[in-house]
Amino acid sequence: MTTLTKKPDPGLSARAPRKSRKRGKPSDGFRGIGDLKVALFFIAPAMVGLILFYLVPTIRGIYLSFTEYSILGDPEWIGARNYERIAKDPLFWNALGVTAEYVVINIVLQTALALGLAILMHRVAKSTLIRGALLMPYLMANVIAALLWFWMLDYQIGIINQIIEWTGLPRVAFFGSEQWAIPTQALINTWRHMGYTALLIFAGLQAIPNSVYEAASIDGSKAMNTFWRITLPLLRPVLVLVLVVTVIGSFQVFDTVAVTTAGGPVNATRVLQFYIYQRAFNEQDFGYGSALAVILFLILAIVAFIQMKFLRGNQSDLD
Amino acid sequence: MTTFTSPTNAGRRRPPSRPFNWRRAIALTLLTLAIAVSILPFYWVLRTALSSNGSLAANSANLLPADFNLGAFKRVFGLQSASEAIAEGGSGASINFWQYLWNSLLFSGITTACAVFFSSMAAYAFSRLRWKGRDAVFSLFLATMLVPPIFTALPNFLLIKNLGLLNSMLGLVLPYLFMTPFAIFFMRQFFLNMSREVEEAAMLDGAKHWRIFFQIIMPNAAAPIATLALLTFMGQWNEYFWPLLVGTSEESRVLTVGLGVFKSQSPQGAPDWSGLMAATLVSATPVLILFAIFGKRIVNSIGFNGTK
Repeated sequence: MTTLTKKPDPGLSARAPRKSRKRGKPSDGFRGIGDLKVALFFIAPAMVGLILFYLVPTIRGIYLSFTEYSILGDPEWIGARNYERIAKDPLFWNALGVTAEYVVINIVLQTALALGLAILMHRVAKSTLIRGALLMPYLMANVIAALLWFWMLDYQIGIINQIIEWTGLPRVAFFGSEQWAIPTQALINTWRHMGYTALLIFAGLQAIPNSVYEAASIDGSKAMNTFWRITLPLLRPVLVLVLVVTVIGSFQVFDTVAVTTAGGPVNATRVLQFYIYQRAFNEQDFGYGSALAVILFLILAIVAFIQMKFLRGNQSDLD
Repeated sequence: MTTFTSPTNAGRRRPPSRPFNWRRAIALTLLTLAIAVSILPFYWVLRTALSSNGSLAANSANLLPADFNLGAFKRVFGLQSASEAIAEGGSGASINFWQYLWNSLLFSGITTACAVFFSSMAAYAFSRLRWKGRDAVFSLFLATMLVPPIFTALPNFLLIKNLGLLNSMLGLVLPYLFMTPFAIFFMRQFFLNMSREVEEAAMLDGAKHWRIFFQIIMPNAAAPIATLALLTFMGQWNEYFWPLLVGTSEESRVLTVGLGVFKSQSPQGAPDWSGLMAATLVSATPVLILFAIFGKRIVNSIGFNGTK
């Protein structure tokens, strides 16, 4: 569910926090101290969830990363030794590289295709039916998308390889060859997310007031010029949100890999999360798995920070 | 309610700025192509599921089902004897998708109902009540959206294991029961924009907060609650990683995990493609039904960022 529902921090969505301060203030009927008790009652269940399944596990995860722990015994404090091992672990560096390759293909392909699609929709067809059709893949589970393409891309009798053969090209071992395995995973993910991302950008396009375009056309701005000088800059907050969601989601690729190639061929698709899963659950090395998860967490935090800081994703030029 | 519809329908169609019709033609062609890429694979799944597995290889590019029959669906629901299944290319291992379907329904239904309700309660406190530390606590909730699920999944697995709840429905649903940060954010955004008049009138009549919440706030928020419930349900339906860790017994295995098992049981070399695609289709059906009924609501919820 994460990607569907995950909307980072309202800081991303321009005006949310300011609004809250303004409108969130109850009018005079309330007295501040009286509400606290009621509020505690209302947030109690959510608070239990927050503490038990988010805060405590976060602290515990960091603690475990400094231990040797095989589930059966007790965690044993070993300082930073897990991290030292990670630094010298060729499988980790391979996983990082493979994941980075996947992320880059996804960003480029998905963002470009989605931007193009959004502009097409905005220009020639805005019907809900079309948007619905484009959204269909996104509603399917990763597992379903993976199996569907596993069949369509089969080397022997998959329809795509049939079509490739008709065009006179040699068949492609999409899942079986080391150089194709990651691009194939990225293609599956792009297929699933393209429409969703296009809809996000489309919503951003819709939010640009017409008067801006009218002013541009009165000033004699050419279409290309309008796109680069007006549309893209005004879309920046949406594009940053798309970028953040895509990057953070792609770094956590697991489902499609687990169902189709399970890390192979050789190490070609042993992405970070799959490697964590293998170390923690297959090899029962929970301390090491936790340390890997901390690293993934740090990478994501840094990426999000950079994107918010340098792309100013939380500021809109429309204000 | 209007808050959640994107301004698509606002009739902002721009006058066509360029007279070249071929541009429009190319645009429509590209759009059609994108739609084809998005939905044709679903037809291919259906076509394969209705084919006989043995005939697939010889008719791999046939657009219609190869040797039409329902054997694949029978295999998925355990209606074929092992020998029959093996003869048709299945593994013959018993697999019961009815059970997985039920488990998926339970898992998604329970977590959606509870998470949406508890999150709405919290959202009420974060929007309609004034108390010290409110914004700080709310920020804490939002911050949890930044924690990658894998990071908390490891310790959560240990917790569920220590509680002795591995491979049980309770263990499966527990981490999702109390709230999702997104649900709180989503509902809060809606509550903030609700008018205060009715609420204040009730307040003057001496109504308590819980009564206001149940009798005024919740009924008025029926539309966003429905949207949120839909999104949450579909998200839960598609969840894979957590159920893979915690739900591996027959009683707790959901469809996504069952699909993986089905695939790995498939005979190597000549997989049971028809069976696998039938299983895939069965797993997708509930979401497809929801989408057929509530498509517009779902489509319009994409792009919601709380400011519209």
